[in-house]
Amino acid sequence: MTIGETIRIEGGRVLATLIRFTGDISLAEDALQEATIVALERWTTDGVPANPVAWLTAVARNKALDRIRREARRREKEIEADYGRGFEIEEDDSLRLIFTCAHPALSMEARVGLTLRLIGGLKTSEIAGLFLLPEPTIGQRISRAKKKIALARIPYRVPSPHELPDRLAGVLAVIYLIFTTGHHAFEGALDSRFDLSAEAIRLGRLLVGLMPDEPEAQGLLALMLATNARHRARLDERGDIVLLSDQDRSLWDLKAIREASLLIERALRRRRAGPYQIQGAIACLHGQARSDAETDWRQISDLYRFLESFNDGPVIRVNRAVAESKVFGPAAGLELLEGITGVDGWHLYWSTRADFLRQLGRESEAAAAYRSALAINMNDADRRFLERRLASLSLA
Amino acid sequence: MPLYAALIYSEEGGEASPEEWSKVMAEYNEFSAKAGAAGVVEGGEALEETSTATTVHVKGGKGGEVVHTDGPFAETKEALGGFYLLRCADLDEALGWAAQIPGAWRGRVEVRPCVDFSQAQ
Repeated sequence: MTIGETIRIEGGRVLATLIRFTGDISLAEDALQEATIVALERWTTDGVPANPVAWLTAVARNKALDRIRREARRREKEIEADYGRGFEIEEDDSLRLIFTCAHPALSMEARVGLTLRLIGGLKTSEIAGLFLLPEPTIGQRISRAKKKIALARIPYRVPSPHELPDRLAGVLAVIYLIFTTGHHAFEGALDSRFDLSAEAIRLGRLLVGLMPDEPEAQGLLALMLATNARHRARLDERGDIVLLSDQDRSLWDLKAIREASLLIERALRRRRAGPYQIQGAIACLHGQARSDAETDWRQISDLYRFLESFNDGPVIRVNRAVAESKVFGPAAGLELLEGITGVDGWHLYWSTRADFLRQLGRESEAAAAYRSALAINMNDADRRFLERRLASLSLA
Repeated sequence: MPLYAALIYSEEGGEASPEEWSKVMAEYNEFSAKAGAAGVVEGGEALEETSTATTVHVKGGKGGEVVHTDGPFAETKEALGGFYLLRCADLDEALGWAAQIPGAWRGRVEVRPCVDFSQAQ
């Protein structure tokens, strides 16, 4: 690992402690920045110290104190009183930072930006690049969020046990949103923001390390690993979508699937099932099947049914319809799609519906459904796939 | 400890029946008693309807022409109907109290920190 990488990866932990110490995110970021410059110089000649986190934290702490004195915001005595007491790196600092970044009082966009910047250690320009947004937009989002944290006093703490399930779900949602944004680009090339998925997996690993007793954190990491494991097989050399059933399974990352499966087994043993564990288990079942024919669709459709007991949204219903159609045929799948509302603007609903109708030989209805799907914004690969499907209908 | 304003917004109009009215009052009394006992309430008022409001604007800067307009500054579906001033340790605590104000289920409550002039530079 290069010195730069070491600093980026360990920087989040240093920052977490500095924020607790100074109570000021921007001051902590500046102090870490200054300490980083010293580290790059010093470590290049002397080598990376045995404990880079402690080293960086100590230097950054002094930089922060220097700045507080220099700006003379307080008298020396007050500074002594406020900052003179024992200063240690606490195990919980990283978790405090994660929960603050994902605080429900911040907008989802602000949570994602803060998480990537403060925990992921990404620069504003890098985040802007990942989301294909102008740098000032991201910069403004982050600075507005930091200002709100300071002025509205969003607390810097790990939620108490009774709040934890809700608040943890919020943290998981931020990480999963980062993952899906990378994994399935909303528009443009499907893989255009793939680095975001890798970043989300890194955040997921960090969270599992910090909260080893939370099965949903393990479930999320397993879901991301098992989904990501198939990514090399999902596009052909032209960048067109290859359906799961047609994928070359030798391109799958079996090591990642094994890791995901172990995580799920460990999580499920705690008998506190949740939506991420179930989705992770589904992704693992797909990953473990050596061919499409060997896929355990019955168990997958049972798991979707179980998932609906946590979240009865349309996305899960459509996925369950696909699984049930594999067991009971396309008519059963189509029946499950009847009565879903709020999906008119979702192209995967229309394309799933179209596929069932196509299998049932109802070609003119299938063509109409493909056309409804194509009327919606989507990434290039999805669009080309649907256009091919529509063209393949005999009447089209 | 920071001070928060909990601004209560709800739809106006519609005559409440006496039973409904006493139910609302009972809910507010319950909140006031609980928050009062915890020592977080530093003030608060209920406001008359926006139809009783008069907006004042001094045109052209200080000392300029005083213009009165009948009604509230912003005509919106949900109007400010009252507020509490809550002294809390942090936003989580303030949001916790705000969720117990009857206005939170009868309308919405906006929580905003008050400017702390002793910290301002």
